[in-house]
Amino acid sequence: MDMVAGKVKMTQQSVNTAMDPSDMLERPIRLTARDVTVHYGAKQALHGISIDIPDRAVTSFIGPSGCGKSTFLRCINRMNDTIEGAKVGGTIKLDGEDVYDPNLDVVELRARIGMVFQKPNPFPKSIYENVAYGPRIHGLARGKTDLDEIVVSSLRKAGLFEEVKDRLNEPGTGLSGGQQQRLCIARAIAVGPEVILMDEPCSALDPIATAIIEELIDELRENYTIVIVTHSMQQAARVSQRTAFFHLGNLIEEGVTEDIFTNPVNKQTQDYIMGRIG
Amino acid sequence: MVGYLLLAIVVFALVAFWVGRSAGDRFVTAGGASVHSLPGYHGAFVAVWVGIPALVLLLLWIMAQGPVIDGLLLGTLPATLLDGASNADRSLLLSEIKNVAAGRIFAEPTPEIAAAAQSLLRWQQIADWLMVVVVIAVMLLAMFFAYSRLAPRFRARHGVERFTTFIMIACSVAAILTTMGIIASLVYESIEFFSMVPVHEFLFGLRWEPQIAIRADQVAGNGAFGAVPVFLGTIVIATIAMLVATPIGLFTAIYLTEYANDRVRNIVKPIMEILAGVPTVVYGFFAVLTVAPAIRSAGSLMGLATSPNSALAAGGVMGIMIIPFISSLADDAIRSVPRSLRDGSMAMGATRAETMTKVLLPAALPGIMGGILLALSRAIGETMIVVMAAGLIATLNINPLDSVTTVTVQIVTLLIGDTAFDNPKTLAAFALGLVLFLVTLGLNVIALTIVRRYREQYD
Repeated sequence: MDMVAGKVKMTQQSVNTAMDPSDMLERPIRLTARDVTVHYGAKQALHGISIDIPDRAVTSFIGPSGCGKSTFLRCINRMNDTIEGAKVGGTIKLDGEDVYDPNLDVVELRARIGMVFQKPNPFPKSIYENVAYGPRIHGLARGKTDLDEIVVSSLRKAGLFEEVKDRLNEPGTGLSGGQQQRLCIARAIAVGPEVILMDEPCSALDPIATAIIEELIDELRENYTIVIVTHSMQQAARVSQRTAFFHLGNLIEEGVTEDIFTNPVNKQTQDYIMGRIG
Repeated sequence: MVGYLLLAIVVFALVAFWVGRSAGDRFVTAGGASVHSLPGYHGAFVAVWVGIPALVLLLLWIMAQGPVIDGLLLGTLPATLLDGASNADRSLLLSEIKNVAAGRIFAEPTPEIAAAAQSLLRWQQIADWLMVVVVIAVMLLAMFFAYSRLAPRFRARHGVERFTTFIMIACSVAAILTTMGIIASLVYESIEFFSMVPVHEFLFGLRWEPQIAIRADQVAGNGAFGAVPVFLGTIVIATIAMLVATPIGLFTAIYLTEYANDRVRNIVKPIMEILAGVPTVVYGFFAVLTVAPAIRSAGSLMGLATSPNSALAAGGVMGIMIIPFISSLADDAIRSVPRSLRDGSMAMGATRAETMTKVLLPAALPGIMGGILLALSRAIGETMIVVMAAGLIATLNINPLDSVTTVTVQIVTLLIGDTAFDNPKTLAAFALGLVLFLVTLGLNVIALTIVRRYREQYD
């Protein structure tokens, strides 16, 4: 227990030292959203969201429940397509390419933009098969050894390999909640995405598993553009370099995390961070 | 008499309810909130005590009255009539007496019979009146007893609760007892059959010619009761049915759950339900009048010898009949796969078809298998379509264009017309029924076990 607690502490330190706002300003922009609106039937869920998301950094979306942050996240990889009656307006560009271009193949898009969900959702298959799922459907591996390599390196990157290396053929659903979530991260990494979207990835996990995932997110940002939706302001402060505050379907304020938390411009942001609304 | 008595029980129970409720009302007026149960519960408590014992007593009385009077009648008959008489003779005597008593006289009855008929009439009258008196007395006693127990702190509510529980148990026991009764009657008759035809001959014999000699010197007088051809025919037809129903039902379910939008679903689902609601007799017409001739002419076009009542026609129509069965069970199974798995696969960049074949179907497979097995047991037990569209002669072949017969068809033909329950021809029906029952029971048990195990996976 002591060891784990020590690890948590260390994690926070390492995250804190990594958070250097000045470093963030020169990052190239990866994703741009302009005037994004979403309607579910007659109900408008998002009112004109415009935001730039920098490369290889963690951007967090915070805000009270129902504020539209998850809805916006699901627009980025077009997961709202699967919801009947959802209509998306405005433009979202990944590297200048319109995500909603009718000529764009949504399958390729989702291979470039991976996603991790709120509740760990490993497939009822073996650990190996869970990670191999993406590479198999996208034909990323030439043969068995190739596939093995992808699986092992993905599990390593997700910090799970050491824990599961002896039981790759056991069902993924048999792992603990935190391990399952890291398995899902490994599964997302396995197809070599550029962007990883995380929809409250720790909300179903205990504090220790949360700390491990947060540490992992901090490591992953060296290679991936990460967008994370979170309910926990502490988590946003710990893992992200930029933070966007959503409220009632509007983007209220967006900026370098430290500024948002120490010196918010908008009154609503201030109220939320001080715990007066939410 | 019984009808009036039933009415009287209902009236008494209503009165009892009213009496009990007014007593409860008085308690409330006097004691206010300290009364344990609502007035309605006091009323229900008394009503239950008055109505239920009387009803049970009435039923028991009706059941017991006949045999008791029969016994008394036989006791009055002179010993000369009963000496050496078998059970059948005795019941013949009794029905003669009853006929005379009811005025259906075919020949001049002997004095003993006439006297017995007289006493039968007298006893019946006594028994009827006695029944009325006893039932009403029981109701009055019960009302008095229940009413005397009512008090402000009396827990009438708990009493009513116990009674409701008892009713629930009684109803579920009724279903169980009926099942056991069915099994018992099948087993009993089958044992009779197996005392005439050895079990191994029935189970492994290759000839099924269930006739018996009317005269001793009749040609082809010896029947053969080897059930293998009959079961083979059943398997052929059920296989054809499953080959038709499984892919169509499964793909329908997949289409409806994953591809169809709400508008299509709202049109297709009711149509499937109509298909499920068509009486099997109508399917039988369809098989005989439409499908069988079509198959026959198609067969003759291709130069194939096709029987007019081919296994293909019966099996194919039966397959159409069980499509809704499979599709609705598969639909449930696919739908119960959590949405998060679907999302997870789609977010990996899988197409709908990939998500379906690689994630949803494997996850739903146990449920789908369960559905298929249930449908199979339905197909094996299906009777009407095959009676109309399949053949009667049991032949040992698996050609779908030929005519085959099934277990259910044979059971029907064995039991049609005048039947005597003392020869192997009739009793063979029960042996077939027993084996059929065991097979479908086994399939259902396997199917339900699979479905249940699968349910535990996600909750």
